[in-house]
Amino acid sequence: MREIIRAWGLTALLAGLLLAPAGVMAGVEKPVLERGKGERCVEDTEYMRRYHMQLLKHHRDDTMRRGIRTTKHSLKGCVECHASSKTGSVASSKEDFCMACHVYASVKLDCWDCHATKPMKKTTPAAMPRLSPLTVGLPGGQQP
Amino acid sequence: MSDLQQKPVNEERRTLLKAGAVATGTALAPGVLLFGAAQARAPEEPASDKVRWGMIIDVNKCADGCNDCVTACNEENGLSGATGPQDSQWIRKLNIRHLKTGVETSLPMLCVHCEHPPCVDVCPTGASMKRADGIVLVDRHICIGCRYCMMACPYKARSFVHEPLTDQNPEVPRGKGCVESCTFCVQKVDRGENTTACVEACNAAGHKAMIFGDMNDPTSEIAQILKTQKTTEIRADLGLNTGVRYQGI
Amino acid sequence: MLSQQYCLEARECKPALFWTLMGAGGLVLLGTLYAFFTLEHHGHVLTGMDNQIVWGLPHVFAVFLIVAASGVLNVASIGSVFGKRLYKARAPLSGLLAIAMLAGGLAVLVLDLGRPERLIVAMTHYNFKSIFALNMIFYTGFFAIVGLYLITLMDRSLNPWSKPMGMLAFLWRIALTTATGSIFGFIVARAGFNSALYAPLFVIYSFAYGLAVFIVVQSVMYKWNEIQVDPRILARLKNLLAIFVAASLYFTAVLHLTNLYYAKQWEFERFILLEGGIYPLLFWGGQVFLGGILPLILIFSPISRHPATVFLAALLVVLGGHFQMYVTIIGGQAFPLDLFPGYAESSTFYDGVVHPYTPTIWELLLGLGGIAIAFLITTAAVRVLRFMPQDDLKELELELKPH
Ligand code: SF4
Ligand code: SF4
Repeated sequence: MREIIRAWGLTALLAGLLLAPAGVMAGVEKPVLERGKGERCVEDTEYMRRYHMQLLKHHRDDTMRRGIRTTKHSLKGCVECHASSKTGSVASSKEDFCMACHVYASVKLDCWDCHATKPMKKTTPAAMPRLSPLTVGLPGGQQP
Repeated sequence: MSDLQQKPVNEERRTLLKAGAVATGTALAPGVLLFGAAQARAPEEPASDKVRWGMIIDVNKCADGCNDCVTACNEENGLSGATGPQDSQWIRKLNIRHLKTGVETSLPMLCVHCEHPPCVDVCPTGASMKRADGIVLVDRHICIGCRYCMMACPYKARSFVHEPLTDQNPEVPRGKGCVESCTFCVQKVDRGENTTACVEACNAAGHKAMIFGDMNDPTSEIAQILKTQKTTEIRADLGLNTGVRYQGI
Repeated sequence: MLSQQYCLEARECKPALFWTLMGAGGLVLLGTLYAFFTLEHHGHVLTGMDNQIVWGLPHVFAVFLIVAASGVLNVASIGSVFGKRLYKARAPLSGLLAIAMLAGGLAVLVLDLGRPERLIVAMTHYNFKSIFALNMIFYTGFFAIVGLYLITLMDRSLNPWSKPMGMLAFLWRIALTTATGSIFGFIVARAGFNSALYAPLFVIYSFAYGLAVFIVVQSVMYKWNEIQVDPRILARLKNLLAIFVAASLYFTAVLHLTNLYYAKQWEFERFILLEGGIYPLLFWGGQVFLGGILPLILIFSPISRHPATVFLAALLVVLGGHFQMYVTIIGGQAFPLDLFPGYAESSTFYDGVVHPYTPTIWELLLGLGGIAIAFLITTAAVRVLRFMPQDDLKELELELKPH
């Protein structure tokens, strides 16, 4: 008797585990992302979807530990371009650029514990030129 | 930057710096930046070990009761400026009184960017680190918040972030659970400004008590002073070869 | 072997008592987890720790557990390495306690981290210059070695290996405690810590604390199973404890006397021994009297024949150990750094003033969690495996007689 109950319990559990993600997918709509402000992203969208984490991590170590300050794969660049037109941030509401996907995929991210989720205020003149997302794709990082 | 320009530094750099200053606000042409060697790196160029950033503080010029360097630091790095026991302070004004003579002196105290930093030695993960150009930083990506570096720092230069933070300065990421300290305004240095917020503020107030520069560059003002005048390291007995030196103590 | 007398079968084991104990331990642990998640959410702002006192009450408990963990293994070492039967019978329990307490102590250290979720970082990024990182390697190795050692002790076919394994465990634990002591000894900047004596001092302390914990646990287990301990065994253990406690007192005296020898340490010594408010009180009253002199008096008094007296003496040593850690860790930080010798200092960052510290309930909960973890591991393990010290009285007779 006991064995039978156990077997059924296990089956139910497995079934639940298998079906749960399907249910999530069916019930929750895919995230809708606001278009970035720049011409185009620094890499292909497909590539970014898959590898943005690796790019960011690589860049983070280059910048943090070696002082390399290129803007192409900088998190600040992402924020400049992708800050929401509503909240002005990439992560303050569930619809904002980063959160939309990360909530959907339920992958916790801790970038925003330390990093600002909003672009630099434009009033800080010194920081402006190299921070502008528009410099990204252009040779030499100059303003268009 | 403007301060450096007033000094008799080598002619070539002076023009370069001027060019940089003009360009600031629109675009720093990378071609120009490449020239300036250590003084102004191109963005893709890593910090160089030919450079060692340092600071000289002349306590005789430091005004009693003036707090401008501290305010400027808080502003630049997005610190709240609160001074409770759990609040971060990257730079502080220290008042010292000689026990025998009673002479009182006031001076700014900050991370002295040791050449042999105890904080780096003790850090279990390697989060506390010294960049090639001598700037000591905390890599918050791998800091676990154990606070051993705070125990080890002889200068009480470090603070632990006790609370969640929001609205950080985009250039100065900071957050709960990590240790932090003065970065020699690394964001400014990497931009080629080659100065720090505190030094700028001190100059702006007309005291000119602090000088920032490359100690390894024989033509820099700081190297000249180091060579010709007496400077003091705090706790020199520890042999840490500090990047911040004092005059007049 | 008199195994039928011991609690090896569930029904002999007072299940109600067992589950009550497990429940109590679990409850404390629950409190710890609550404190942990609260701190994780709000940050350390809720604790009494600040930028002056960066290591607080959790570290007092944690370091005590870690130091005592290595010390408790001595019982096994004496048994295996020196072949003393009295201690050999106690080797499994000693190994178990060592693992349990180390786990408890480390857990507290981890729970107190500013970024505990990055534990994996701590395990994958090593700065080999760091004593702290070195300690992590020692701790991991300690688990492995003591674990294997336990297996050689408990599996008869592997018994011959127990001697070399015991030897290895012994050497490893000496290295481990040396490294733990060095965490403090290497802090050159602080008057209270900068002493090469910290490493040997911690080794001696660990001997006393470990044995004391062992006696406490053994007494409780015997009591639970209504077993009378042989008075000669008790006498041996308590005499050994007396030696360790006396040695601890002696080394403490040496530490402070050598400090007094250096003029620049005078200020700190005056602070910690005389004028530092709570710290001299905890030092003299807690560490020296309650944790040292009183246990010695108890051990050498006529009433020391009673197991209860020895139990009490051991308990006092454990208590005194916590006082010692408090004085060492927190007292060492409370005394301000002297950046400018010969000057009085003041600033907004609390330079030149003694730093106050008032622990909060959160820190206490974190710290108690370590004890709870050690307690739960021990209680559960003792329940399912044969850890109870069992003496073969006839063989013991032979060993004890010549004296
Ligand atoms: S002053 Fe302190 S924080 Fe700064 S480098 Fe030296 S030890 Fe590290
Ligand atoms: S608090 Fe962070 S930086 Fe300091 S020692 Fe620990 S891991 Fe290293």
